[in-house]
Parts: sequence; structure tokens; C-alpha cells
Amino acid sequence: MPVTPFIVLSALLFSIGAVGVLVRRNAIVIFMCVELMLNASNLALVTFARVNGNLDGQIAAFFVMVVAAAEVVVGLAIIMTIFRTRRSASVDDASLLKY
Amino acid sequence: MVAFWILAPVMVICALGILFTRKAVHCALLLAIVMVSLAVLYAVQDAPFLFAVQIIVYTGAILMLFLFVLMLVGVDASDSLVETIRGQRVIASLVGLAFALLLVLGVAQVGFSSVAGLDSANAEGNVPAIAKILFTRYVFAFEVTSALLITAALGAMVLAHRERLTPKLGQADAAAQRLRDFADHGKHLGPLPPPGTFARHNAVDTPALRPDGTPEPTSVPAVLTARGTVRTAPAYEVQRSSEELPDPATEPVGGSKDGV
Repeated sequence: MPVTPFIVLSALLFSIGAVGVLVRRNAIVIFMCVELMLNASNLALVTFARVNGNLDGQIAAFFVMVVAAAEVVVGLAIIMTIFRTRRSASVDDASLLKY
Repeated sequence: MVAFWILAPVMVICALGILFTRKAVHCALLLAIVMVSLAVLYAVQDAPFLFAVQIIVYTGAILMLFLFVLMLVGVDASDSLVETIRGQRVIASLVGLAFALLLVLGVAQVGFSSVAGLDSANAEGNVPAIAKILFTRYVFAFEVTSALLITAALGAMVLAHRERLTPKLGQADAAAQRLRDFADHGKHLGPLPPPGTFARHNAVDTPALRPDGTPEPTSVPAVLTARGTVRTAPAYEVQRSSEELPDPATEPVGGSKDGV
């Protein structure tokens, strides 16, 4: 089974997620795009584990999943708090530190 | 490899859909498709443990969390299309395109001459092999993970907790408030009008019609208005049926015109 298509797919998904973070303005959607980038890197890790013939890459992907779960919990709680005070989930509305 | 060529276009299309869909709920569902497809790709690549973890943790837990928060934040949490920084979208798309091109061309030129494969590493089964590494070489990282998870749980509890600053409103307080609104600025005292009265449908998404045929906006739930799924009041139907009905001025009921 060739390796390059998997890596190319991973690169594509990562760049799509990066563009999403730059373009979208709903904080929740931005978060989803960050998750997409994490998933893309996981795919690369799993593929490289197959190239190298050991399971270290799969362990790394597993730790990425754990950290992503913790990050999502805290991040969504922050978004909820911002939404509760500002009635908006748009990242442009949270601009109080700008002025 | 068949699974890859079937799933890869689906994944890329769904990922692009996340960029272009306006509603956040649709984004979450597209992301679910990408994640389930990724799980299948893990299974293809000799990682059955990660296949299960991907489905349980990502699609099961994280995406459900996203959907819960979307439900709490509200259905009208769609992106506004107004650009606050001029040209941001175009520039971001161009930079992203250049980045994707660079990344894809870069990784496509790497030659993987020998793919070792996981047959020897997975000889005693994938899960026992992962457990052996996880609890020997990576045991410290694994322990630190528990601290991270506890911190995350505590942080979420602290952030989601809300102190009650005002006393809780009871039924008597609500009634008094309603009367005060009526006295101050004449807000309607009674219940809201039910939807669908005099309309073609008696569904909740059809506004009631006033006697003059105009729709009554307060008769549909505010959630449906925010979601944008309110049907237009079929005022023309009222017009048409009133034209079809015999005009009482020219044609008295009972056919008494030619009877007498």
C-alpha cells in the first residue's frame, strides 16, 4: 500500500483546516477547523508509524486525541462563557482588549 | 487502497464544505463525516485501536460536545458574511492555497522507498502491542495525561459555573412583571396568538393572519424565525378565496335574485 496518497490527503486536510481558522468567524466553527487540523496530523502520524514499522506514531496520535479532548472541553466552556456575557459567538465581537 | 480512493474525495469535499457552509450545525455534521472516514483509514492502516478510539472519542464525545454547545448557543449562531477586515477572506484563501500547494508538492516529492509495515509490530495484536509500549516507555506521559484531564474537567466546571446574581423569579414575580409591562408600555397582557389561524396550514411555522390578511409575526415561535424556516403567510390564498366566494352585495345568499 503506497504512503504518499495518505500524506497528501493529510496535507490537504490540514491546509483546509488552516484556511477555515483564518476565514470563519464563528468561534465554534473555528474550533471545528482546529479539530480538523489535529485529525489531519493524526493521519500523518499513523501513516508514518506504518512506514517506520513501529507503533510510536500510533501512540503519538493517541496522545493527540487525549489532548484534543481536554482542549475541546476547556475551549467550549470558554466559548459558552463569552456567549453568556456578550450574546454572540463571533470572534470579532470579543474585542474589548482592543480599545 | 480501494477504501482510500473512495473516502479521500468524500473527506476533501466535506472538509471544503466546512469552509462554505453558513450554519454551524451543518459544519459539525460534515466534520463527523470526515472523522468517521478518518477512522476507516486508520483501520486500513493496521491501527484498529485508533479506529475505535477515533470513533468513540472524536465522533462520539467531541462532536456531541460541539452539538450540545451549538444547542445552548442557539440555532441562529451562523456566521455573518460582513468582512470586518477588508480583503481578509481573499488574502486568507490565497495564502491557504499557497500553503496547500507548498505542503502537497513538498510531501509528494518525498520518496518512501521501503515501507516497513506493521506486521512484526502487530504480531501479538495491535492492542497488546500498544499497551506494552504505553505502559513501559510512555508511562510518564500517560500519567501526566491524567493530570491534564483532571485540570480540564475542573476548568470546564469553573468556567461553566455561574453565580446567581439576581434572585430567582417565581410565578408571582413573573405575573407582576407582566402587569408592570402592560402598565408601562402597553405590552399585550394575554397569551401570544396561536400560529396558523386562518392560514392554509395549521403548522407552527405558518403565521396566523390578522383580519385584514397580513401575517402576525408574534404567532410563530421566535426560534423558527431565527432559523429562517417560517413559511410565508399565504395572503394571496385569502385574496383568492374571497374572490371565489359570492359577493354578498351583488349576489345575496339563498339565490333570491331570480327567485322573486
